[in-house]
Amino acid sequence: MSPRIAITGIGMVTTLGFGAEANWAAMVAGRSGIRPIRRFDTTGMRASIAGCVDLPGDEPGRPLSASARVEKLGEAAIGEAVAQAGLAPPFDGPLCIGMPPVEVEWPQRGGFGASSYPDLIAAAAGQQALYEQFLLGGAATRIAERFGTRGVPQMVTTACASGASAIQLALEAIRRGETGMAIAAGSEASLQPETLIRFGLLQALSTRNDDPEGASRPFTLSRDGFVMADGAGALILEDEAHARARGATILGYVLGAGEAADTFHRTRSTPDGSAIIRCMQRALDDAGLAPSEIGYVNAHGTSTPENDKMEALAVRALFGAAPPPVGSTKSMIGHTLSAAGAIEAAICLLALRHQMLPPTINQADLDPDLGVDTIPLARPHAFRAALSNSFGFGGQNVAVIIGAA
Amino acid sequence: MKLRPVAITGIGIASSHGQGRAVHAALLGGAAPVLDEARFAPYPVHPLPALPFDEAIPHREMRQMENWQRLGVFAAGLAIDDAGQRENVAGMDLIVAAGGGERDWKLDEQILAAQPNEVGRHRMLLDGLRPTLFLAQLSNLMAGSISIIHNVAGSSRTFLGEEISGAEALRVACARIASATSELCLVGGAFISERPEVLLLFSMGDVLHQGPWLPLPARRGMVFGSAGVFMTLEPAATAKSPVAILRHVATDQGRPETRPARLAALLAATPGRQPGCMVISTASGAEAATRDELAALGAMPDLFSADLLGHLVEPAFPAGVALAAIAIAEGRAKQVLVTGTGQWRGEAVALLEAPA
Repeated sequence: MSPRIAITGIGMVTTLGFGAEANWAAMVAGRSGIRPIRRFDTTGMRASIAGCVDLPGDEPGRPLSASARVEKLGEAAIGEAVAQAGLAPPFDGPLCIGMPPVEVEWPQRGGFGASSYPDLIAAAAGQQALYEQFLLGGAATRIAERFGTRGVPQMVTTACASGASAIQLALEAIRRGETGMAIAAGSEASLQPETLIRFGLLQALSTRNDDPEGASRPFTLSRDGFVMADGAGALILEDEAHARARGATILGYVLGAGEAADTFHRTRSTPDGSAIIRCMQRALDDAGLAPSEIGYVNAHGTSTPENDKMEALAVRALFGAAPPPVGSTKSMIGHTLSAAGAIEAAICLLALRHQMLPPTINQADLDPDLGVDTIPLARPHAFRAALSNSFGFGGQNVAVIIGAA
Repeated sequence: MKLRPVAITGIGIASSHGQGRAVHAALLGGAAPVLDEARFAPYPVHPLPALPFDEAIPHREMRQMENWQRLGVFAAGLAIDDAGQRENVAGMDLIVAAGGGERDWKLDEQILAAQPNEVGRHRMLLDGLRPTLFLAQLSNLMAGSISIIHNVAGSSRTFLGEEISGAEALRVACARIASATSELCLVGGAFISERPEVLLLFSMGDVLHQGPWLPLPARRGMVFGSAGVFMTLEPAATAKSPVAILRHVATDQGRPETRPARLAALLAATPGRQPGCMVISTASGAEAATRDELAALGAMPDLFSADLLGHLVEPAFPAGVALAAIAIAEGRAKQVLVTGTGQWRGEAVALLEAPA
């Protein structure tokens, strides 16, 4: 019999602010954190708005690198979660963290005055600080060393499902008995010029630049793409017996997780939704729950025409004619990509603890064909379990089920 | 928890020497490396040879990828075929250890040469970047491409973090089979040496060998190789044709100052090493890490995988394990210890044995 997996701490940083309860208050109030990008020049770019978490190190024209920001955001969210769990470094378990791949960026690449790669490689030789900053494992390693976690930090990237994959990895390590507890987190800071340009070239982003707060409008007729956002989320997961033995307050549970790779296309779901249905079904099976026991779906809900249509179709296929309320908190915080799965699992926990559903804002022109209650305003709700979906480019689909304490 | 023995049942490997188990079995007694010392001088590299990607990957899919993803997809296909598991891909789990995909280095050099201001640089990127390149470059899209092209539809995870990500991928894959949470898992990765942006990063760390190629013990730095390596893992009890038993995989990570103690502990905790156990080191050549690994081993290993294949970063440790499995299948050894130490962080050991 697998141990039950307790949640004993959560942490969150988004464009709405630092701290889980601060975020919760802003979300219940239906506030949008989407605004014009200030930290670099967006002339000529299709999208010039985002969910920005600007930090003291950001200087005009020379913002922090994605690697530096992802480390700072991750550290803030994990620090909050560790403290809430009543723990302090060293943390006696592994770090499982969803993070984006990082690389040397233009302010650094162009900073040597070199005009070709051979010149640049020679000029940059021995820049140890830059090397450590831009190693793919660098930021996760520094976070692991900051909190004194055990073993190899599992830095996972499954695109927009990364944060949920991290929860799965932590869950599995505890179930295998490798550890009594683990940090499951996601951190995202890909919002830098080249990445914004690349997502723009894929025509994936909302171009509603003149109405930032209205740009992320999941499930509406006028949805036109997602809004990139910085952020981080963290959960302390523990074998229930481990948490009880040390007298920790159990905030809720991760009841199960499920995953299904889609073999159809790099950016689109199988047209019948079968892969995302299978993913949600596997999460239900893992949790030992019937669909009727899910009281809230925190949707992937990116506000792209494709995702929201497929997700609503899959939810109706799985849950039947009267699905539970389906909300997208990305309407307020934007799409935090690698962090979304961790942030949204933490939001599910907050919703369960407050017995309140956070809203999907910007619902003036709800797409009637989708057939789901998208929660246009926050409202009280009695429920015991929530399902959080995360779907990523490359056919990466993960669903996580959070239960009340 | 009762753990099940785990077998390696398929090996897909393609390197500078070519593709497949037989080509790599022939290297185990020692072989001259395949090198290109001119193209990125003063940095020698083991180049990617011409491989029949177009026979293994549909044309329309080829256009969605660059060579790094193609190489991984190709090697994954070799492993699936070697294991005879084409029929079971729908339930096959997948763990990839990935770096980043190729940058458009020609566009990078145009921008470097022009030295534009911020707005000008963004304009050059807007005009110059191909829309499809993003997906060709995303780390997790090697796994995505494997799912699309080989219909691998179980779980799918991609680990990042240089050398230790490859060892951790193998450890987690092995643990999932051992704990009966996976029945069939494909694990591995790919690396391509001929990439200026990769040389840039590691030049910053002063960890590259410069000048004519030298064997690993005689140099102080890394020489990159090009290889794709995937393996299938299954429960040994039900494996139809096990290549080798993966008896033990363990990893650790911490500050470099305490690396010798972690390496010693990993080796001490490795079960049942018999006299005559073959030792394959996947050391990178980076000076401090390699020195610590050799000191922990106490004697020179039988083989440095980097001398045959070049250093492979993410798939370096899986490649050492694949060579070990091939050595067992070829009757060269009954037991092989594989060691690895990341050039910056991370330590790993594996022990392979002949199937009963």
